Amino acid sequence: MQLSFKRDADGHLAAGSEPTTLAHLRRGEHAVIDRLDVPDDIARRLMELGFLPGSTVTAGLSAPGGDPRVFQVDGSEIALRKETAARMKLRSKQKRSRPVSA
Amino acid sequence: MGDCHRCPVAAVLSAKSHAGPRSVAIVGPPNAGKSTLFNRLTGLRQKVANFPGVTVEEHVGRVTLEGGGEVDLIDLPGIYSLEPRSEDEQVTRDVLMGQSAVRARPEAVILILDSTNLGRHLMLAAPILGLGLPTLVVLNMADDLASRGGKVDDVALSEQLGAPVALISASRGEGIEAIWKFLSERVAQPSPVDLPLLNNVPHCRLWAQRVGDNAAYHPPAPPLWTTRLDAVFLHPVVGPAVFFAVILAVFQAIFTGATPLMDGVHDLIAWSGTLVGALIPNGALRSLVVDGVWAGVGAVVVFLPQILLLFLFLGILEDSGYLARAALIADRTMARVGLQGKSFIPLLSAYACAVPAILATRTIENKRDRIATILIAPFMTCSARLPVYTLIIAAFVPDKHILGPFLGARAAALLGLYLLGFTAAFITAKVLKSSILKSQRNSFVMEMPPYRMPTLRSLALRLYDRSKIFLRRAGTIILWVSIAIWCLAHLPLDHGHVPPIEKSLAGTMGRTIEPAIQPLGFNWKIGVGLITSLAAREVIISTLGTIYGIEGESHGTGLQAAIQRDLNLAGAVALMVFFAFAMQCMSTIAVVRKETGGWRWPIAQFLYMTGLAYSSAWVAHSVIMRFYM
Repeated sequence: MQLSFKRDADGHLAAGSEPTTLAHLRRGEHAVIDRLDVPDDIARRLMELGFLPGSTVTAGLSAPGGDPRVFQVDGSEIALRKETAARMKLRSKQKRSRPVSA
Repeated sequence: MGDCHRCPVAAVLSAKSHAGPRSVAIVGPPNAGKSTLFNRLTGLRQKVANFPGVTVEEHVGRVTLEGGGEVDLIDLPGIYSLEPRSEDEQVTRDVLMGQSAVRARPEAVILILDSTNLGRHLMLAAPILGLGLPTLVVLNMADDLASRGGKVDDVALSEQLGAPVALISASRGEGIEAIWKFLSERVAQPSPVDLPLLNNVPHCRLWAQRVGDNAAYHPPAPPLWTTRLDAVFLHPVVGPAVFFAVILAVFQAIFTGATPLMDGVHDLIAWSGTLVGALIPNGALRSLVVDGVWAGVGAVVVFLPQILLLFLFLGILEDSGYLARAALIADRTMARVGLQGKSFIPLLSAYACAVPAILATRTIENKRDRIATILIAPFMTCSARLPVYTLIIAAFVPDKHILGPFLGARAAALLGLYLLGFTAAFITAKVLKSSILKSQRNSFVMEMPPYRMPTLRSLALRLYDRSKIFLRRAGTIILWVSIAIWCLAHLPLDHGHVPPIEKSLAGTMGRTIEPAIQPLGFNWKIGVGLITSLAAREVIISTLGTIYGIEGESHGTGLQAAIQRDLNLAGAVALMVFFAFAMQCMSTIAVVRKETGGWRWPIAQFLYMTGLAYSSAWVAHSVIMRFYM
């Protein structure tokens, strides 16, 4: 799968680089979760909702302004605030599919 | 029945209809359809909405089986696991573990899961089966699963779980026979199956995956209509526009749509009052019944159509799933005052009544967020304020269009009062959250349910339920206050004659507080209403109804005309502002005490709200007197 990540709301991402957290995903883009960088009790609830390491998450629609955003994961739609999404780290894509230009 | 169940040997020997469990808990993840099933089975009017976290405390309904046996069904708040994160989840855990102070451990469990989302929902089967109680696994929304191309082999799933499995549609009532069978037969413990490590979520998920795969579970296609509707309702521009359009439409409908119905009820009450009056000989008793009870209770009952219309709209918004989207849109605004989207749910239901709203705050995990939400909830314009506002607006605001046919001046005035309460709530939240209830910004995690067509059955149950509550209030508290006011207005007897109302006990009460309320533009009659409305807001209407009913012989005019004589515009605005802010509701005070565990918060809240009400009403009155009169 090829996606462009040149634009980012927070400017955390250099042009062409990969998204590293869920907050970087734009509508329609999907990625695999690597780990949850949140306190244990919140991590447990997020995992119960399907945000497990290794799960594929697709970014969906959001409230006006892009926050909170709805994510499709494990058959449901879950809304998260940006600061929570930013703490869910994504698995690097290089391991699975090499970019064409690399 | 009864006794034999305490002794398993006797249970085996007893008749089949007596053999089932005596108490059965219904558990499942949020929004799996627990309450719909509970309603379907009990016929008890448990509130149902397409919104996670509708049930916040356990509800019990007794059902009678065909053979004559009885079962207590316990509807529990939704859980994701037996590791609670909020008060409502704690309730479920305590009941299931037999640790609840008020409820014995159920003898069996109905685990209800959403069959369209079985992969994740099956995770809850592990801790529930681990309880060792006889369990029926119910896969709900089977109609959705089939229509969207999913499937599951319920026989194979039953083998995998070691417990019986039933595919049903709770909203349509399909497949319910299997549940009746479970309730009426002696049930077995679940057969031992391999369960995952319960404290390891990834392990549980893998287990659920394996169980689902072995039961040939094929998840359905995503709901098409949800995707289409979300493209509109969550559109960056169209979404908020729809949000405001919906709110305006509701306000306009409450005013214009309810008027003919209210006129009808009004005529009916007046007509029946004359009829009843004719049966009673002229004298004190007729005056008590006609001027006291009929005028007092009738003045409040007139507002039933309007309140039902409000609940109809709230019901449609909740059942359809739109409310979850509204909470999402509102989250940013809530975050600005330090709260979160989850507080939006209780605050919205506070538009109906603050009492269930305060109970609904149990879904908020953070203690300080929860207290802040409890403290601001009574500012939201509850349905008990609606009659007061309607009466005064109808008396003082001309019936004109201001936005063509879409928005009349009266609806706009009402909307303004709603905004006033909303603004007070938000400023209060901001102050609390940046001082005594300061906490870290919280994670907002909320499930978006698929859109569903609200069923007529569910909406009808809601309105029936609400009418019952409203009429019960009219038949108890409002009836007694009306009788008390009538007595106070007729005593003490002056040489065996009824005193002039100003000299009666009610008049004396009103005159005693008159100096304090005169700066707000209120006379002693309004004062009596303010005193009685401490019990409940709408009581002021019945009180004025009774007082004017007694005066009625000399004036013979309606409540609306009577109030125009006693208030000028400044006083009318001040009265509405007072009602927007004051905490005149004993039930709310009681529930705040219960939910915060002491008198500290309700007393502080009462003093704050009353102080704000008084000072704001004074400002409103002074400003209008100075610049407009």
